[in-house]
Amino acid sequence: MRIRVDPDKCQGHNRCKALAPELFALDRFGNASAVGDGRVSSGLEEKARLAVANCPELAIEIVED
Amino acid sequence: MTPRKPVTDWATDWDHLDPRWREDPYPIWDKLRRSCPIAHTERYQGAYLPTRYEDVRAIANDSTHFSSRRVIVREVRPEPMPSPPITSDPPHHKPYKQLLLPLFTAEAMTGLEPKARAICNELINKFIADGHCDAAQQYTRHIPVKVITHMLGVPETDSDQFIKWIHEILELGITDDVVLMQAVREMAEYFADHIAQRRDNPERRNRSKDDLISQLLEARIDGKLLDDQHLNGMLRLLLIAGIDTTWSGMGAALWHLARTPVDRDRLITEPALMPMAIEEFLRAFSPVTMAREVVKDTEIGGCPIKAGNMVLLSFPAANRDPAVFRDADKVIIDRKENRHFAFGLGIHRCVGSNLARLEMTVAVEEWLKRIPRFTLAGDAAWSEGTVRGPRQLPIKFSS
Repeated sequence: MRIRVDPDKCQGHNRCKALAPELFALDRFGNASAVGDGRVSSGLEEKARLAVANCPELAIEIVED
Repeated sequence: MTPRKPVTDWATDWDHLDPRWREDPYPIWDKLRRSCPIAHTERYQGAYLPTRYEDVRAIANDSTHFSSRRVIVREVRPEPMPSPPITSDPPHHKPYKQLLLPLFTAEAMTGLEPKARAICNELINKFIADGHCDAAQQYTRHIPVKVITHMLGVPETDSDQFIKWIHEILELGITDDVVLMQAVREMAEYFADHIAQRRDNPERRNRSKDDLISQLLEARIDGKLLDDQHLNGMLRLLLIAGIDTTWSGMGAALWHLARTPVDRDRLITEPALMPMAIEEFLRAFSPVTMAREVVKDTEIGGCPIKAGNMVLLSFPAANRDPAVFRDADKVIIDRKENRHFAFGLGIHRCVGSNLARLEMTVAVEEWLKRIPRFTLAGDAAWSEGTVRGPRQLPIKFSS
C-alpha cells in the first residue's frame, strides 16, 4: 500500500499529520506530502485510511501495490 | 432599530438574523437541503444560501465566479475594506497567505500551549468555589482573546476592548454601518499606534521582535515591505478572526458535554479520544459562516446564480449534510470519517486552524480536569450573525 498527496489540492488542514504522523511530512506552510516514497509499512494501513477519510480537500490517495 | 420582518418562506426569503435561525438553525437547513438546496432572499440586496456539502465545496473552489472581496453578508455594501488574505482573490491572495502560514503551523502553536493552559486555570480559579458559573462569560470568552494579545504583543488588559470591537463588527455591524465603521476606525488607530511604537523605537522593536505585529512589519512581498493599509488590514483580520470564532467553538463543546454525561465521562476515561471529539464538535457545531460575492453569472447544483448577489457560504449547513455524514444530526465523538469544513476549504482555509484546535483542546481538557461533573443550570443564549456559539452558558457543578 502506498499513499500520494496531491500538492495542488492540499490546503494544509493538517488532519492527516494529526492522524498518521508517521506517514506525512509538512512543509513550512503546513502543506503535506507523503514521507519517503509513500510506502505504508505494515501496521499503519488503518492510519492511512483514516487520513484519507478525514481530508476535506480529497487530496490523499491510496494506491494498492 | 426597527424590528425585522419575520421570515415566512425560508426558500425565497431567508434571513440569518431571524430569531428562529439563532435559536436552532439546523431544522431550517435540513428542510431546505431536501426542498430547495440553494435558497435565495431579496434581503441584503440579494443573497443565496447553499445547504449541500458539495455545493459549498464547488463555490469555495471557484474564485472566478465567487469573489472574496466581501466576506460578510450585510444590509449595505460599502466599498470593500481589504483585509488580506481573507478578502483577496487569486493571484493576490497567495503571497499574503504565505506570509501568515509559517507563523501559524501546528509546530509554531505548540509553544503557546503552556500559556493557554495557564490562562484556563486562572479563569477556573475565579469561579470554581462558587459551584456554578456562566461558562461563556467567565471562561470561554476570555481564552482566545488573551492568547491573541500575547501573540500580537499587546497588553492582555486590552482584551475587553477587542471583544467590544468584534461584537460591533460581526454582530451589530450587519445592520448598523455607523457602528461598524466606528469600530474599524478605532481598531485602525489602535494598531497604527502599536506599529508606530515599534517603528520609532528600536529598543521596543527588539524586545518584541517575535510578536505578530513586529513580524508583519518586517514581512516582504516581492522584496517590498507591506504598506500601512495592508498591514493594518491583516492585523484587523488576525484580531477579528481568532476570537469570537474559537470562543464559540469552545462554548459549544462545553454545552454539548454539559448535556451529554456519557460523552463527558468517556472523554475523562479515554483521553486519547480528545482529538477526534474536537473534530466532531467542530463539525456538529461549526461556528463560522463566510460569504462570497457573485461576480459573474454561473450555475451551481443546477441552480442559476446571478452576479451581484451575495452567497452565505454556510460551512455549518454543509457539515450537517446527511449525503456526506452518516447520522449527520448526531454528535459521535469517535466519528471515523469526518471531512468537515469547519475551517472552510480551498485557498481560504482558515490560517488559524491549528491555533483554534489547540485552544479548544486545552479549554476542554483543563475544564474536565478541574470540573469533571457538570450540568446546564439554564438555557444557553446563542450569538447572532456569522459566528455561532453560546454567549450565555449557565453551568452548575460540584467540585
